[in-house]
Amino acid sequence: MAEITDLARPAGSPGPAAPPGPPPAIVPLAGLPIVGVALVLLVVAIAGNWLWALDFFHIVGGGLWTGVDLFVGLIIGPILGRLSVPARVEFAARFMPKMLLIMPTLVVMTLASGFQLARHLGVLDVAYPRHWWLTASFIVVGVMTVVALGFLEPANLAVLFELRKPAPDGALIGKLMRRFAYTAGITGLMQIATLVIMTRITTW
Amino acid sequence: MVDGAQRQLPPVTALAVAALIVVLAGGIDLAAHLPRPAPLGPPVAALAVAAVTVIAAAVTLARVRDFAWHTFFLVGGWALAAYLVIAGMLEFVFVLDHTPGGLLAVLSLMLAVFAVDVPLLLAFSVARYQPGPAAGAAGAAGAGTAPPP
Repeated sequence: MAEITDLARPAGSPGPAAPPGPPPAIVPLAGLPIVGVALVLLVVAIAGNWLWALDFFHIVGGGLWTGVDLFVGLIIGPILGRLSVPARVEFAARFMPKMLLIMPTLVVMTLASGFQLARHLGVLDVAYPRHWWLTASFIVVGVMTVVALGFLEPANLAVLFELRKPAPDGALIGKLMRRFAYTAGITGLMQIATLVIMTRITTW
Repeated sequence: MVDGAQRQLPPVTALAVAALIVVLAGGIDLAAHLPRPAPLGPPVAALAVAAVTVIAAAVTLARVRDFAWHTFFLVGGWALAAYLVIAGMLEFVFVLDHTPGGLLAVLSLMLAVFAVDVPLLLAFSVARYQPGPAAGAAGAAGAGTAPPP
C-alpha cells in the first residue's frame, strides 16, 4: 500500500499523502430510502396505469440512464484511464458505491415504466416493418444488459471489495477499473442507438 | 499462500454470462412477435438451456474447496434480494397486464433464472479475488510462528 500512496504524492511535498481509505460501505445505506420511495412510486404508477407518472418515470429514468452512461463512458472513462493507480483507487472508493445504487434503480425505473407506457399507448401493437424499431430497442437493451451485468457491475463490486482489504492489490484494481471504463464506453455508445430508436418511435 | 487473483477456478463467469445471453435472447424473441402470439418453442428451449447452464455453473463452483464462500454468500444473498425485487417488479407488470397463462409461465421462469444467474455472477466475481479459508488459516498459522533466530 505504501508504494501506492507514494505514487500519489506530488514531488517535493512535505509529508506522506493520506492513503485512499476504503469505502465506508459497499452500498451507501443513506440512499436506500430514496430508492425505496422511487420503487414504491413506480409500483403505484404501474398499478394505476397513471399515464403522466409512467411518462415521468420513463423520461427521467431513461434520460438519466443515457446521460450517466454517456458521461461515464465517454468523458469519465477516458480520464480515469489516464490517472495514476492511486488516483483511480481514490476515485473508485467514492464513485463506485453510488453507481451501485443509482444505475440499477434507473434501469428498473426506465424498463418497467417504458414497457407499461408502450402497452398503454398501443406502441407494442404496431405491425412490422415499424415493429423492427421496437425489436431493435429490445436487442440494444439486451446487449447493454449483458455488458452491464456480465462485465461492468462485477468489476465495480470486485473493486469495492478489493479496496476494503488491508493491502489492496493496485494492479488488480487498475485492471478492473480499465474493464469498468471500457464497458461503460460500450454501453455509452449503445445509448446513442437507444436515443435514435426512441426518438424514431416517438415521431411515428 | 494461493492468491485469490491467480487461482484456477471453473468458468463460472463464462457460463453465467452465456445463461444471461440465452435467457435474454428468449425474452427478445417473445417480445419481437408482438402483437401476434409468440410460438413458445424457441423461448422454452432458450429457458431450458439457460437453466442447465446456471446449474452447471453452480455445480462446478460447488466442487471448489478453497474458495471465499463467506464472501460469496454475503454478496450473493444481498444481490439475490435486490434482483428478486427487480424480477418481482417485472412479474408484477406481466400479471397486471393479464399476460396469458403459458406465456406468463415462461416469462416467470425466465425471470427466475435471471434472478438467480446475476447474483451468482456478481458473488463469484467478488469472491474469486478474496482469499479462501486455506489462505486465511495459513496466514493465521504464519502469524503465530516464532520468528527465526
